[in-house]
Amino acid sequence: MDQSNILIEKTRAEILPDHFTGRKFRDRLFLAGVIMFSLITISFVFLIIGSLVMKGYHQINWAFFTQVAPDTFTAMMAKTSGQLIPGGIVNGITGSLYLVGIASVIAIPFGLLIGIYLYENINNKYAGVIRDITDVLQGVPSIVVGLIVYLWVVVHITHGYSVLAGSVALALMMLPLIIRSTEESMKMIPDSLKEAAIALGTPYYKVILRVLIPTSFSGLMTGILLAVSRILGETAPLMLTTLGNPAINWSLTKPVSAVPLLIWQFYNDPNMVDLIWSSTLFLMGFVLTLNLISKWIAGKQNS
Amino acid sequence: MNENNDTTKPSILSIEGLSIGYDKDKFAVKNVTATIKKNAITAIMGPSGCGKTTLLRAMNRMHELYPNIITQGAIKLNDENIYDMSTIKLRRRIGMVFQRPNPFPTLSIYENVIAGYKLNGIHLKRTERDEIVETSLRDVTLWEEVKNSLHKKGTFLSGGQQQRLCVARALAFKPDVILLDEPTSALDPVATAKIEDLLVELKKQYTIVLVTHNMSQAARISDNSMFMYLGELIEYENTKTIFTNPKDPRTEGYLTGKFG
Repeated sequence: MDQSNILIEKTRAEILPDHFTGRKFRDRLFLAGVIMFSLITISFVFLIIGSLVMKGYHQINWAFFTQVAPDTFTAMMAKTSGQLIPGGIVNGITGSLYLVGIASVIAIPFGLLIGIYLYENINNKYAGVIRDITDVLQGVPSIVVGLIVYLWVVVHITHGYSVLAGSVALALMMLPLIIRSTEESMKMIPDSLKEAAIALGTPYYKVILRVLIPTSFSGLMTGILLAVSRILGETAPLMLTTLGNPAINWSLTKPVSAVPLLIWQFYNDPNMVDLIWSSTLFLMGFVLTLNLISKWIAGKQNS
Repeated sequence: MNENNDTTKPSILSIEGLSIGYDKDKFAVKNVTATIKKNAITAIMGPSGCGKTTLLRAMNRMHELYPNIITQGAIKLNDENIYDMSTIKLRRRIGMVFQRPNPFPTLSIYENVIAGYKLNGIHLKRTERDEIVETSLRDVTLWEEVKNSLHKKGTFLSGGQQQRLCVARALAFKPDVILLDEPTSALDPVATAKIEDLLVELKKQYTIVLVTHNMSQAARISDNSMFMYLGELIEYENTKTIFTNPKDPRTEGYLTGKFG
């Protein structure tokens, strides 16, 4: 007993101080590393936003939101005379909203129902297969989704590039996101709530519609908004399915433009360079806003 | 031994040879036969895993929510086998209150009380609704505490108030029987005392079946007590008799704290 005490004293006196400072130093070093790397990551986000604003702001005006994209000749004329490029991206904005709207109409009901099914049948084999397939679908490259929808819808249904084809492609990309977020937010509901409703003699479909969905509403909304903001920037599948359109189009079977498609188009035209930045700024702002809204909704649920 | 000596009150529920299994060779309730007296509080006691909650849940078929459940025997509500009734109709006649208060978080206090009607799509006039809400809340002695905040969310109430709200929600249908599954295990002693007083008051109008882990609670408020052990109903007697003069050594062992 005494001997071990002496040993401890000795350890404290002789070994610890040196060892202790070493530990403290390593701790500080680690903390500095964490702070440095997170600052680098954050600064990239600010650099992206900053350079978009710097390069894009002077093209953002009333015409930007009200006129369709100019042709290359008009843009060149304006550029050579040192003026702003006339016109805007309203064909892209309306097209994007149209595509995302139709895609949501297709994907949200399917996604919610499949998500609820998975939540209700956690140990079911068939549900497990569906869950795996959902994961596979989430991993399919977007260009592959575009090609397949080209084959199914563009070739066989609308016989040409169309809003419908683009929406189906986007819906396929939204589906796995909505399914998994629905299942996850349903899992957050305590079983006791479901039991309370069932014990009141509530038919099962009403337990889902009147108790489970309202209770997890903000979780479901967050999932849907994140899925929407995820597909807003999709370009590859749209190139193969809706192609683009210089004018505003509201027909389901006709091609339509979209903001990311316009960005690609501007990129390939040396006369339109200035419009790239303002369109990208707009897209970034839109996606960022959706993200912030979904964060706000999710935060409301937790409080 | 399973006969109840108290013959002064008519019976409302009769359990006939009920066995419930979660698996072919894993029975949680084994061949239980008993009758529940009307306008009385019947307590079901026993150590953890004795099947008391399963037996209670079987009385409004909530146990059927578990997968692959096996149910043998019958429970008759006024001579009608509940396993032949629709679960929706049955659960309106036999209400249930759970271990943890579970008001619907998206609904107000008012809406929580009439949730049974709302969820079943039964349309009521405003005056009828108001009356059901007021009488149900008065029955659970919550009216005076919440009458000025009826449209606030039910989750703002304290745990004890929430549990009384859940009792009110079960009462709104005017059920024949109310089943309570350890309703005070998540509450503090003051809130527990309030619920116990409330149950004694409620038995004038309703029949109450109460699962409890707490022997003194059973002794305080119940008229009749069941003692269950490993899925079997060991003893079912007048509460006074079972506590003062248990017939089975296992009952005595449990009541004197030798196990459980």
